[in-house]
Amino acid sequence: MLRSSALSTLRARIAALEGTGREVVAGVVPLAVPAIDAVLPWGGLPRGCLHEIAPISADRAEAGAACGFAVAVLGRLAAAAERPVLWITRDDDPYAPGLAALGLPPQRLILVRPYKPAQVLWALEEGLRCAALAGVLAETWGIEPTAARRLQLAARASGGTALLLNRGAGAAPAMTRWRIAPAPSQAPAGEGVGAWRWQVDLLRCRGRAAAEDGRVAAWTVEWCDETRGLRVVAAAGDRSAEPRRSRRAG
Amino acid sequence: MWLPRLATDRLSRGDPAGRDRALATATAGGARRITAVNRLAEAAGVRPGVTVADALAVAPGLALAPHDPQSDRQLLERLADWCGHYTPWAAADGWGEGTGGGLWLDITGCAHLFGGEAKLLAHLHARLARLGFAARSGLADTPGAAWAWARFGDARQPILTPNGQRTALAALPVAALRLQPTTAAGLAGLGLRQIGDLYGLPRATIAARFGREVAHRLDQMLGHEAEPISPRLEPASHRMHMAFAEPIARAEDVTEAVHRLLLRLCAQLEAERLGVRRLEVRLFRVDASTQCVAIGTSRPVNDPRHLLRLLREPLAGVDAGFGIEAARLSASEVAPLALKQADMVGAAAKGAPDELALLLDSLGNRLGFDRVSRPAARQSHLPEAAVRRLPALAASAASEWPVGRRPLRLFSRPEPVEAVAMLPDAPPVLFRWGRRTHRLVRADGAERIAAEWWRRPGPDRDYYLVEDENGRRFWLYREHHYGDGVAPRWFLHGVFP
Repeated sequence: MLRSSALSTLRARIAALEGTGREVVAGVVPLAVPAIDAVLPWGGLPRGCLHEIAPISADRAEAGAACGFAVAVLGRLAAAAERPVLWITRDDDPYAPGLAALGLPPQRLILVRPYKPAQVLWALEEGLRCAALAGVLAETWGIEPTAARRLQLAARASGGTALLLNRGAGAAPAMTRWRIAPAPSQAPAGEGVGAWRWQVDLLRCRGRAAAEDGRVAAWTVEWCDETRGLRVVAAAGDRSAEPRRSRRAG
Repeated sequence: MWLPRLATDRLSRGDPAGRDRALATATAGGARRITAVNRLAEAAGVRPGVTVADALAVAPGLALAPHDPQSDRQLLERLADWCGHYTPWAAADGWGEGTGGGLWLDITGCAHLFGGEAKLLAHLHARLARLGFAARSGLADTPGAAWAWARFGDARQPILTPNGQRTALAALPVAALRLQPTTAAGLAGLGLRQIGDLYGLPRATIAARFGREVAHRLDQMLGHEAEPISPRLEPASHRMHMAFAEPIARAEDVTEAVHRLLLRLCAQLEAERLGVRRLEVRLFRVDASTQCVAIGTSRPVNDPRHLLRLLREPLAGVDAGFGIEAARLSASEVAPLALKQADMVGAAAKGAPDELALLLDSLGNRLGFDRVSRPAARQSHLPEAAVRRLPALAASAASEWPVGRRPLRLFSRPEPVEAVAMLPDAPPVLFRWGRRTHRLVRADGAERIAAEWWRRPGPDRDYYLVEDENGRRFWLYREHHYGDGVAPRWFLHGVFP
């Protein structure tokens, strides 16, 4: 008993030093998806920290889904704070008409195109220190744990929120880590492509232990054009209720 | 300021041992002639203008170096920049090639900063001597008189009394008037050897014989005709200068000094409701060179904290050398402060517009202002032309974005892919991108997008939104060729979420 309380005190101290404690200093932005917000211990995404969003592989063909989820989250951040967001990339620009359709008004967007990889993290840190932004998204190809810890501390200090769209090696000390895979859309046969769907796996979340399969929780999520928001169409437990095989036939 | 031995001093500076040797520079080519000599060579009887063979005959130990007017000129200009420490109106003198180098300093209103004209001159002389330059100076009401006195006057008394140039210069040779050698020789031929000889002569007769030149130079010298000094660097209308009692070298000290200058400059700008668009920091080092740091801002700024933060990084890269003795801040571009921000900063960043401007300036100065932008819609059917980049702080009207489903990522150049469709006008059923084959289970389309012939001619495109069996969604198009039997070409133009 004594031992476990000493351990938890120690854990709390480490968390405080790393700036990744469970207590939230800069507020919470609900994702407006009740099923997901219920799993997150804060009832939404906490501001003032680092969140990592990764595709299932670094292949360019897989980039769309993770990027889409990141845009939806960034749109929520921008709408909640009514402030601009920064997008740092060395890739092609995100395409503004596509962003508008996913709830991120392009006039809220500031694009930064560094020409060296090191400048991406520098720009991200600069952005985090700026109180006038709702959030900063940076696209990276892997990140060193030291660099990630530095960013986490910068975010903690200023209350800025960082989304790391990370296509490389991760395991950054982020508050949450998401893995996004595309999922086949649902539409009556012959009506073409339905609403965007993704398989969202929450791989890491402070204060929530991962299950045996390495995930904290998992959902199939769909972008709803009417509500201009996300909605869960299937949770991890009942994925079998929507057999992928039958959709392939469609 | 006259540096009679600029060329040889320049060479000796890089080679201190050579200072005790007779040294001369000479032109290259067939008839090599001496162009400049140092003190020892002159003592041995070598004069500029004689041939190298003659020079070596009188001074066998003479060391020769190539004549390099360009390096001399560059050195002179560097020195002129450095003299900006004494006055912003400093310039290199281009007149009289081959007779050393001259520097103009208009010290009107600046001398008191150094404790008077004599102290300023002493300071300048001591500094140049320590750097290894022989120098003579003349200080007078007009540039012409100062020029003459520096070269031909009494080196022990370089300062002429105000309005005293007429009498003081009367005994100097006519060459002191900056005349062409032929003109000076012509005057000498008439027995007019001293400047004073010209005072009493009727202007018309001199002009008839020698043209405007003589009267013009005489008027310039006496102050009847204005002769402005055009500074090498246009002094900015808003600038602050600070000289240090002791040279400073630590980066924190430099930053602190710049901070103090910024506070003064910004107070001045604030009074005039102006803001900085471009700011330059010039640091004057003790070794007679300068270091310059410049920043730009995306809108007029007069917040010292903002400007200091932008300057902090470039200042950290400054090489202080043996120390910095003065610093000058010039706002090379100023603009009226905008009273109200009608752009996105004011609208979107409630309460903290300055924070955002500061961030954008910081990013822009490091990455380039063209690399910080904002997307804006443009009237075009072509997907790649429908978005343009605006400066991040530009004001813009609300944009109309194209309707229809558009990808999240548009490739800057469409990638050719191999695709298979069952019928010529049917959606594709599979395509191959790189090494991977995607079997397509759903498709939307075709959406025909016509080429805009007034922009760039090309075939029309039939776009398809397709989804493969794993749910990946792509934007493919087929180039549409009317009639002809060529196999259609397919391109991947973007990916959907």
